[in-house]
Order: sequence, then structure tokens, then C-alpha cells
Amino acid sequence: MPLLREISTLLAKDFRLEWRQRAALGGLLLYVGSTVFVCFLSFSLRGGTPPPPAWNALLWVILLFAAINAVAKGFMQESPGQRLYYYTLVRPQAVVLAKIIYNALLLTAVALLGLFLYTVFLGNPIQDLALFVANLLLGAIGFATTLTLVSGIAAKAGGNGATLMAILGFPLMVPMLLLLIKVSKNALDGLDRGVSQQSLLTLLALNMIVGATSYVLFPFLWRG
Amino acid sequence: MTTAAIIGSVSGVAMTVAGVWGGQRLVEQRGGGAIWKGLAVLLIVGATVAGFLSPVPALPIVNESIRNLFFHVPMWFAMIMVLLVSVWYSIRYLREPSSRLDVLAHESAKTGIVLGLLGLATGSLWARFTWGAWWTPDPRLNGAAVAMLIYGAYLVLRGSFQDEQQRARVSAIYNIFAFAAAIPLLFVLPRLSGPSLHPGQTGNPGFNQYDLDNTMRKVFYPAVIGWILFAFWVAQVSSRYVFLKLKHDEQ
Repeated sequence: MPLLREISTLLAKDFRLEWRQRAALGGLLLYVGSTVFVCFLSFSLRGGTPPPPAWNALLWVILLFAAINAVAKGFMQESPGQRLYYYTLVRPQAVVLAKIIYNALLLTAVALLGLFLYTVFLGNPIQDLALFVANLLLGAIGFATTLTLVSGIAAKAGGNGATLMAILGFPLMVPMLLLLIKVSKNALDGLDRGVSQQSLLTLLALNMIVGATSYVLFPFLWRG
Repeated sequence: MTTAAIIGSVSGVAMTVAGVWGGQRLVEQRGGGAIWKGLAVLLIVGATVAGFLSPVPALPIVNESIRNLFFHVPMWFAMIMVLLVSVWYSIRYLREPSSRLDVLAHESAKTGIVLGLLGLATGSLWARFTWGAWWTPDPRLNGAAVAMLIYGAYLVLRGSFQDEQQRARVSAIYNIFAFAAAIPLLFVLPRLSGPSLHPGQTGNPGFNQYDLDNTMRKVFYPAVIGWILFAFWVAQVSSRYVFLKLKHDEQ
């Protein structure tokens, strides 16, 4: 399967690049760490941990902004010359799939780290941890699929890429966020899993729609 | 699902596809069109007059404000149709790029935005008198706000390009992506999220009960057709204006 080989080569390239420029990765981790710490300091003023609804909302806000920052640099750090070079070597579908997989792995790591730091500083009121983590992973994959194409679009516009990405990405992510927050609230309250089933299925379907649309549209974006 | 529900949704999809196909023909039409434009005027004026004068069932909570069904709901229907036409032009643009298709997609999207704002305004006014608040965190209202944000982002994206071809291509991609990723969910989410104050949902006498009321149906369906035709008309006029401006700039 030449497509799979292209994807794995591109993935290896992305990981190697990330490892060589550790400043970006370190910056991302520090971003998550410092936001959680700021939350901790703000809540400690009122003594102790925040109530579960606030805990939940803050976690997702932190993850959302971390995801925007993490994905934004993906296509933007590549120069037009570099892009042309890839264009001659691999097909665009491989580029977008590799980027989605890479971003999904990166965001999974960020989400799990965020949850860990959150637990350390702000306590852990989750009653159904397995469901919560599964939902977190679905969220990371969903953010990655949505934001990858958006970051490609924003990179084309040049200039203020990160701002444009937030403007383009947030409204697209609201429906997904609503579902994610609902399921994680159910997990926090330890509700029966049957309650969350429909939302989880919708999330899965949404991830597939967004992934398929990115796969179809990315070649057009790349052609320019 | 019952057979009737399946037949209902299949015919709904078929009517939407036919509407989009007919809509893009009407928007692109060069001349003529007095018949459907006259029909649009007749239907909207007729539905407005009948909407204010025809008897409506007196139901709790909504009472006379139920007449908003003849204005608010057709606006949303027209918005969805004209936005679908916009997506259709964007898809066609990606297949065979031309500045003409880009203008048509852009103007259709702008028409959709105007109708969406009208829908928000009429809904908000209705909510003020029925629920006592201009805005509530209801799933339907959130969905409407998200749709407006998406198309606002579309306009911002268009504004941030210098190169015309690049602008046309990238905004076509965003138009298709945003529509595929978010708009279907705006219909699914309110059904998933349970109780809602919005008519047609639980917790409030819903409009689906009034659909059984035949006098209201006789006004509602013509209003929907009239507003949809009006949306195509506006899109046609505004894209013709842009074509003329482009031609003028060339000379």
C-alpha cells in the first residue's frame, strides 16, 4: 500500500521535526501547565476545588485553546517551497491523513497531560473515569480532524494565522464541544452509560464526516 | 420508525434536492422570470395579509404570537435553501474554477446571512413576548447563533486574501467544509438534547400540533415557497450587480 507507506514516512518526519524543535513542544506543555496553575490559584482564593460544573467547563476551555495552539503551527511552519517539494513526492491525501493522525496523537497526549495536571491541582470529581477518558480521546481526535483542515486554510491566508484559525475553527467546534461537555458531565456525575450512548455515537459519526470531508477537500486546497 | 416517517423524510430530501437544483437555475437565469418573481411577491404579500388576519387556534402560552410561524419559520427555510445553493456553487467552483461561480456562491451565502439575521430578529422578538426574554440558552437558538458565526467567519476569510483566485478557492473549501461539519448537526443536536422551550419541541405547545390545523397550513406552505423564491431573487439581483461591477472595472 503506497498510501500507507507515504503516511508513515510523513508521520515519522513530523515526529522527527517535533523532536528537533523541542521548543514548540515544550511551549505547548508549559501552556497547559501554566493555565491549569492559573486556574488553581484563582480557585484557591475561595478555598479549595471548584464545583464539578466549573471544573468540567474549565477543563474543556483549556483543552480547546491548547488544541488551537498545538494544531496552528502544523501547516504554518512549512514554507511554500517545502510544500511544493512535498507535492512532488507524495499525494495530498497522504499529507492530510498523516497530519490528522499526528495532530490526534499530539492532542491525545496534551489532553491526558491536562487531565493529570488538573487532577493534581484541582482534584478529581470524576465518578466514571473510563467513560471520561474515552470521551476525552474522542474529543482529541475530533479537535484534530476539524482543526487540521482549518489550519491548512488559515495557513493559505498567511499573516495572522492563529487569529484566523480561532475565528474559523470555533464555530465549527461548538456542536462537537456541546456533545463532549454533555458526555463528560454525565461521566462526572456517574450517570448510567446508556444516557451518553447516543451522544457518543453522534460524536463518532461527526469525526467520520469531518475526516472524510477533509480527505476530499484537502487536494483542492493544496493545488494552489 | 414508521413507514409514514420514512416516506416523509425521503420526500423531504427529494424536495430539498429539487429546490436546490431549481434554485440555482433561477439564480443564474438571464432575463425573463416575471412569472416566478410575481409569484414570490404574491405569495409573500398574500401570506403576510392572511398571516395577520386569518383565524388561529387559541392555545396556551403562544396565543396570537403563533402568527410568527408565518414569518419566522419560512425565513429559516429560505436561508437553508439559499445556503445549500451556495454550497452547490462552491462544489462546482472546485470542479471547474471561474470567477462567475465564485461570485454566485458568495452572493448566495450573503443572502443566506441576511435571511438568517431576519430569522434571528423575528425569533428574538417573539421570544421576548412569549418567554419574556430576548435570548435563552435553548439548543435551537445556540444552533442559529453558531450558523451565523460560521458565515461571519466565511466573510472574514474572504476578506483576508489579496489574490482573487486563491480567495475563491479557499473560501469555496471552507464553505463546503463548514456546511458539512456543522449545519447537519444543528438539526440533530436539538433533537438529542431533550427538553426545550422552542415550539416543535417538548415542553411547549409545538407547531407540529398546529400543522394539523388546516387553516394554518394553507398560509404556512405558501409563505415558505414565497420566501424561498424571494431568497433566490435577492441572490440573483445581487450577483448580477457584482457581474456588472466586474465588467465595469474591466473596461
